[in-house]
Amino acid sequence: MNITVRVWRQEGPAATGHLETIEATDVSADSSFLEMLDLVNERLISAGREPIAFDHDCREGICGMCSLVIDGVPHGPRRATTTCQLHMRSFTDGATITIEPFRAKAFGVLRDLVVDRSGFDRIIQAGGYASVNTGGAPDANAIPIGKGEADLAMDAAACIGCGACVAACPNASAMLFTAAKVAHYGHLPQGEPERDRRVTRMVETMDAEGFGNCRNYYECEAACPKEIPVDFIAELNRDFRRATVQGGSR
Amino acid sequence: MNLDSKIPSGPVQDAWDKHKFDMKLVNPANKRKFKVLMVGTGLAGGSAAASLAELGYEVDAFCFQDSPRRAHSIAAQGGINAAKNYQNDGDSVWRLFYDTVKGGDFRSREANVYRLAQVSANIIDQCVAQGVPFAREYGGQLANRSFGGAQVSRTFYARGQTGQQLLLGCYAGLARQIDAGNVTMHTRKEMLDVVVVDGLARGILTRDLVTGKIERWAGDAVVLATGGYANVFHLSTNAIGCNVTAAFRAYKRGAGFANPCYTQIHPTCIPVHGEQQSKLTLMSESLRNDGRVWVPKATDETRPPGDIPEHERDYYLERKYPSFGNLSPRDIASRSAKEACDEGRGVGPGKRGVYLDFRDAIARVGEDTIRERYGNLFDMYERITDESPYKVPMRIYPAPHYTMGGLWVDYNLQSTIPGLHVIGEANFSDHGANRLGASALMQGLADGYFVLPATIGHYFATHGPDKQPVDTDHPDFARVEDDVRGRIKKLMGVNGTRSPASFHRELGRLMWDKCGMARNARGLTEALQRIPELREEFWHDVRVLGSGESLNMMLEEAGRVADFMEFAEIMCRDALTREESCGGHFREEHQTEDGEALRNDADFTHVAVWEHTGEDSTPNRHTEALDFPNVHLATRSYK
Repeated sequence: MNITVRVWRQEGPAATGHLETIEATDVSADSSFLEMLDLVNERLISAGREPIAFDHDCREGICGMCSLVIDGVPHGPRRATTTCQLHMRSFTDGATITIEPFRAKAFGVLRDLVVDRSGFDRIIQAGGYASVNTGGAPDANAIPIGKGEADLAMDAAACIGCGACVAACPNASAMLFTAAKVAHYGHLPQGEPERDRRVTRMVETMDAEGFGNCRNYYECEAACPKEIPVDFIAELNRDFRRATVQGGSR
Repeated sequence: MNLDSKIPSGPVQDAWDKHKFDMKLVNPANKRKFKVLMVGTGLAGGSAAASLAELGYEVDAFCFQDSPRRAHSIAAQGGINAAKNYQNDGDSVWRLFYDTVKGGDFRSREANVYRLAQVSANIIDQCVAQGVPFAREYGGQLANRSFGGAQVSRTFYARGQTGQQLLLGCYAGLARQIDAGNVTMHTRKEMLDVVVVDGLARGILTRDLVTGKIERWAGDAVVLATGGYANVFHLSTNAIGCNVTAAFRAYKRGAGFANPCYTQIHPTCIPVHGEQQSKLTLMSESLRNDGRVWVPKATDETRPPGDIPEHERDYYLERKYPSFGNLSPRDIASRSAKEACDEGRGVGPGKRGVYLDFRDAIARVGEDTIRERYGNLFDMYERITDESPYKVPMRIYPAPHYTMGGLWVDYNLQSTIPGLHVIGEANFSDHGANRLGASALMQGLADGYFVLPATIGHYFATHGPDKQPVDTDHPDFARVEDDVRGRIKKLMGVNGTRSPASFHRELGRLMWDKCGMARNARGLTEALQRIPELREEFWHDVRVLGSGESLNMMLEEAGRVADFMEFAEIMCRDALTREESCGGHFREEHQTEDGEALRNDADFTHVAVWEHTGEDSTPNRHTEALDFPNVHLATRSYK
């Protein structure tokens, strides 16, 4: 297929960016979206021009490293699919595709399509864990967890930390990301001892990192490649209220 | 080269406990005086960094990704083995030990494998305590599934995302230690060299991938947890960024490289679709619990799979290996698929594929149950191929997946350079010539949570690196920095016409043809001739644009490809010298009448360790003899 890409180019964090138009001919419909960009880059290199920088690693939809806003949608048009798992057959021959970085105040552009998502790590560092040291854990079956609760914890834990929720949100809120981690532990007895402290600190850090507030647009759920439901945001709010207003002690 | 394995004397069952007692300790107040440089933060590095910090050591951890949560451990799908015997099906530490030694085709160290089996149960306990959401039964107990090379169900899993959940578990532990100020995390920094001062590993050099800044880091020990080298084949199931650079740089500074020819070709991957392909995607081995592998009996078959009647199908794994069937070990399943395709019975484009069919399982347990077990894998398959495995059989073909070879380490996980420890896939020690499914996660976490935290203290207590303080102003750091800068300058200065990626593709194709699933002396000799030529072309014609002082992914790639170009030669040399077939290393000259691997125990029951002897000089081959007092050497049979 032959397509035209309009792609964001920006030399560095402080530089001014712009959209550059590049023709991409003879792209296989079986190629992934990133393989299409590989091909564009190979040709740029042949022409002596610097390739487009973009983040990617596993290319099987699990590491969360790939990003991109494709025609206005984080990870592109296919539901529940990361950019690396999106294939060119999802586009029509002759299409013009606009590719931009994930945009948010808290995700600064480093170069072209590469952004800084380290704010997510700092949110996790503020309590996205159960405080147990290595060694001395009781037998794994000593803590029975019903299948329903275990499945809910797993639904929340499936988050890959890609940041699509932030990029999709008009307020650039990290609420779905934070809620997924809070809910992962919230549905397990292992998370109980630090329940209040976790939610309080994680929400405070989210605010301090410059992520916006949640206004229930639900764009995050629609963009999430792992289909994390917004129900978890309601759970976070409940936990947060209990921890702050009622003065939780855990 | 000193290859003292330091295996404790006495019965294998007591070795680890005895060793733990015999090792010297560092008292709690002194631990904070020791700094560990942890390179790589996947399952092995992440768990080790967190565990060492909990003990009180000062840890600086490095990864080239934008977050430690991205490491490729995350992509492991199927599960993690542990000898828990929760299913009451006759499992035990001894059986896991036995299965792993046999699965490795008698080319691993018994004592290491026994220790691995022993701590496997602690790993599950540890992960559950951290909140890893393993699959559960309705009664609240942990669920298990079976995996290849075993006749018991000992594999724990979290849907098809076990690696992700285990990595997030150790990433959470790491995050806690970062928050506590015990670990300093450095993301988007790539290690480019090791600094050895007076024979001890004392530091590393990194390049900041955003600013291009070259930085020096000094410490009391260096730990490499930098994964495997399957990307030497270009197309593999590894992440695009996986590379051999850290391990190879250590090799060049004096660390022995063990068994580089032991590579695992995973039987169930989505077949290659075309020239523009950048990677191959694995379909978990767990699918073989319910999927049946087959090809048409006839070579000229053109009908769609659903129209081929039962008696015209060859369920070749069930036919050839009735007792293990579709759950035969990976090396055997891969070679059988290749054999079927070589006979012209392959399916799909280019006839390089076999069917993995869920028709019977769906009829037996229903589509909903199958969706619950493998839904995410089926979805992934459909996104890539545009075909639904609920309706038509999957098409699969073997692909490079894991590397059993790696830097040589002793029982303490220390390389031949004192102070340089190597853990996880980056070392060589536990899987022999073939790794069984669900054992990589087990080994990474065993090394990181339980083994290294115990052994590194012994190194500190006996070598006393704190008594000879070294900082980054030491002249050896300056020398290594000159080398690093020189290499980057050289890469930027070639100014040729070809992209680094095009060289990687060419090298990969050569390695897959000559040093892939089946090898022979002629092909390997050809490769050994071609690789230096290709390297020559690379250094004359590679094109790296932009500058070294900014985010430059082309430069990163060029550096990694340059190291693969040199490393590939050692791999072929190792494959050529090992005149036998064992596990993943199949030499066509050495096979039984019915095409099974034929080991040569008299001459090759040893680890081959390669020592760097200088640029453009042939490396030396050393050996470490292997003993099997407990699991007696036998021909591996899964029939």
